[in-house]
Amino acid sequence: MAATAERALGKAISRNGERTLGIAALAALAVSAVLSLVVAPPDAVQGEVQRIMYVHVPAAWLAYLSFFVVFVASIAYLKTKKTRWDRVAAASAEIGVLFTALAIALGMLWGKPVWGTWWTWDPRLTTTAVLLLIYVGYLAVRRITDNPSRRATWAAVVGIVGFVDVPIVHLSVVWWRSLHQGPTVLRLGAPEIEGTMLLALLCGVAAFTITYAYLMTLRLRVGRLEEREAREALSPIVEVER
Amino acid sequence: MTLAGQASVIARKDLVIEVRGRHALGTLLPFAATVLIAFGFAFGPGRDVLDRVAPGLLWMAVLFSAVIASRRAYQVETEDGALEGLLLAPIDKAAVFLGKAAAVTLELLALVLAVLVLVVLLFDLSVTSPLLMIAAFVLGVVGLAAVGSLFGVVAESARTREAIFPMLVLPLVAPVLISGVRATDLAASGRSSEVLSWLGLLAAFDVVFLSVGVLVFGYLLED
Repeated sequence: MAATAERALGKAISRNGERTLGIAALAALAVSAVLSLVVAPPDAVQGEVQRIMYVHVPAAWLAYLSFFVVFVASIAYLKTKKTRWDRVAAASAEIGVLFTALAIALGMLWGKPVWGTWWTWDPRLTTTAVLLLIYVGYLAVRRITDNPSRRATWAAVVGIVGFVDVPIVHLSVVWWRSLHQGPTVLRLGAPEIEGTMLLALLCGVAAFTITYAYLMTLRLRVGRLEEREAREALSPIVEVER
Repeated sequence: MTLAGQASVIARKDLVIEVRGRHALGTLLPFAATVLIAFGFAFGPGRDVLDRVAPGLLWMAVLFSAVIASRRAYQVETEDGALEGLLLAPIDKAAVFLGKAAAVTLELLALVLAVLVLVVLLFDLSVTSPLLMIAAFVLGVVGLAAVGSLFGVVAESARTREAIFPMLVLPLVAPVLISGVRATDLAASGRSSEVLSWLGLLAAFDVVFLSVGVLVFGYLLED
């Protein structure tokens, strides 16, 4: 009895916490939308199109945050062999791939009017594209086998190796670019960023981070349910006896 | 036996199998030649474009061959329960990784020499600084073999999903492709002072991936 009640209480708290996070994420996104679309002034040079920055930069930040979490969770999984860490890595990788793709797509939308091209082989762009491919590979590796411990171990190794590779990829692309002619397009450089613009940007980053936390709780719950379903499907007799 | 000793036993075993099976010579070389000819069709017949892209073509052929060679290194272990034998053998699991990587490196280096001759003949690549070029090949091939040998064991279990292995390896070895092509290009045109930094990057890649491989390969093999 006590155990059942405890589990029910834990579930209620986690569901409540999940809902609170969801509401917080929605509110933060709304505030960030108002700040970036209404309060912040249009860019002096680029005009209205520069407002893409307020979603592009937070999306890119989430991409790197997610893959860092995959890296840490992967190491933790190999050290402890606790499936919880594998669930965290898997959830974070999925969200990371989503936001990496979003960051690249938004960057292209921004690049076309400002740089005059959808794509340039800029170091950051190229590194992010390679990053996307590495973690699409990570998700593919997760689908190779149905054996949960084997899947978790393989994925963890890819999660570690992939993250370690990123700085080397970036360095090589930076050097590679420096040998070619740079794109003759307008770059942001390091402009003096206006106060409300900075505020809108920081608010966007915060809103996306809360959204990440919310998506993680959702995905982790789905992960737990998937695992329970697999367990129950495997051992119907044990479940009946319990 | 030391780690290096164990690794060299594994490497020797793999090389004996390759020499007797003539896989590298019989399959990889014709494959690499086919790739080069296909690139010739894609970018030719004008000499100016082919001359410019020759170092890139060389490395693309080596890259594709590395994918095949790494998978092959674990394919030979699937017969007669050889992989179980390796697992049960009283050796460090890291030695299996290092041995496989060493064997794949040597196979690929033999292949690179043949591919280089083809590229010189077909695309007129000039070899102004041969020593630097060889250094680039050795360092680059070690990196390819390290990544390939690390994940080859995964590829062997994913035979129904053939595309996953190249999909995983090709983005990871992007630095090798970039540095290898630049170093080869610079060595071909005799700008040797600029080659060194690229060789340094290749060496850093090798060190990082060999160490990570030594650390994590045991998990891949045991699970």
